[in-house]
Amino acid sequence: MADNTRTIEIEVLRYHPEQDTEPHYQTFSVPFADDWSVLQGLQYIKDDLDSSLSFRWSCRMAICGSCGYMINGEPKLGCRTFLRNYYPHKVRVGPLDHFPIERDLVVDIDDFVGKLEGIKPYIIPREPRTLEQGEYLQTPAQRDQYEQYSSCINCLLCYAACPQYGLNPGFTGPAALALLHRYNADSRDEGWEARSEIVNAEDGVWRCMLVGYCSEVCPKGVDPAHAINQNKVNSTLDYFGVLKFLMPKGAAK
Amino acid sequence: MSARKPYVRPMDGWWRRNPFFMRYMAREASAVFLAVYAVILLVGVFRLSQGKAAYDAWLAALTSPLSILFHLVALLAVAYHAYTWWKVMPKTMPMLHVGGRRIPEITLSAVGWAAWLAASLIVYVLVRGL
Amino acid sequence: MKRANEPIFWSLFGAGGVVSALLGPILILITGVIVPTGSGVPPGAMAYPRMLALAQSWCGKVVLLAVISLFLWHAMHRIYHSLHDLGIHGGAGAAAICYGIALVATLATAYLLLIIGF
Repeated sequence: MADNTRTIEIEVLRYHPEQDTEPHYQTFSVPFADDWSVLQGLQYIKDDLDSSLSFRWSCRMAICGSCGYMINGEPKLGCRTFLRNYYPHKVRVGPLDHFPIERDLVVDIDDFVGKLEGIKPYIIPREPRTLEQGEYLQTPAQRDQYEQYSSCINCLLCYAACPQYGLNPGFTGPAALALLHRYNADSRDEGWEARSEIVNAEDGVWRCMLVGYCSEVCPKGVDPAHAINQNKVNSTLDYFGVLKFLMPKGAAK
Repeated sequence: MSARKPYVRPMDGWWRRNPFFMRYMAREASAVFLAVYAVILLVGVFRLSQGKAAYDAWLAALTSPLSILFHLVALLAVAYHAYTWWKVMPKTMPMLHVGGRRIPEITLSAVGWAAWLAASLIVYVLVRGL
Repeated sequence: MKRANEPIFWSLFGAGGVVSALLGPILILITGVIVPTGSGVPPGAMAYPRMLALAQSWCGKVVLLAVISLFLWHAMHRIYHSLHDLGIHGGAGAAAICYGIALVATLATAYLLLIIGF
């Protein structure tokens, strides 16, 4: 290491269910290079100080969505957050808010996975398409309508950011509803009816209070708050039976 | 036998833990001031229906220091509501494009803020003109 | 999944939100600060004969009803949902009280504006 290596204190939440009744914080002194991410800090702890520290990570380049943590109380990706920006202060790393803690920084995300599967994340055409019909044609403008919502990496920072999800775990939630909108907004899809039960439910778009923190923390610019709140209008039009006049494409079940 | 024992953290005091949430709660709290003001107006209409003496008493009550203080605080609160309302309004609208380019959300908000200013000026001019 | 009836209340919330985001601050400033302190407007801006004439006109009635009613539908919807944010689970009872206030105020204002005459 270089002579001018600095040391930072990283305070990590620990919870080993086989021996702990409650989580507690443990502080480690971590020497770091200027370009180190918080993830690299955690890896140093695991490699050199305490191999029992558990945390998820993979690509270390903000595309896999594995390394979401609460860093000084804000949901962030560990690989995209840098120790130099906190030095000389302590960095407090905890598991993503609003999820049950399995072990250390690892949370139980089964609820989210179920919701993602439940919103029918695939093109629902009006009729099944044959090979002879060839490929779908889509203009750049049509692609624009859903592209940002397709950028979600399922990192769950938005769920950690959403107090409504924390208060009501039944809420479908930002990422799932953003993906739902990604399909509804796709010109190849005509599945509004098929997905409407989820959209129109109390735990659908109506649990959202437009706190807006989800869009603030999203590392990919998905803007789930936009996806959800546009659909409050759609859900309202659907409720009063007028949506079908604005959606000439119609519905597929 | 599984050793899993997922730990669920309580939500108590969640909004005090982050300035973003504090601002959200301030926005929500503005509704209390708006509600009280609307009731003050309702009482005014009621007094108006009871005749000049009753209405003048309501008008006089508005000149008390307590009333003026309330209205100053309410003004700040409801102004914060108005500011944040137009700020988030674009989130309820579909994406808009002009000449192939996306209209930025801040532009839409600016239209809202401008409408707020225009409406305020119109009301003030109308009241002055009376 | 149970379909929410939220659209009704959200629509009223939205209408009230727009009206209060345009007129709320200026009305509070005028009726609550400027007129009571006698600054910035001619004296008698809110005098009885003038306000009576306003309340007796169709235009005035619509504006007064819209302002009072929609301000409250907006505010009570927000207050109701904020109870939940604060950990107060009032359920159907809280909803009845909150929206009940808005409804009663709407009906009362309409009634008063009628008996005030034309």
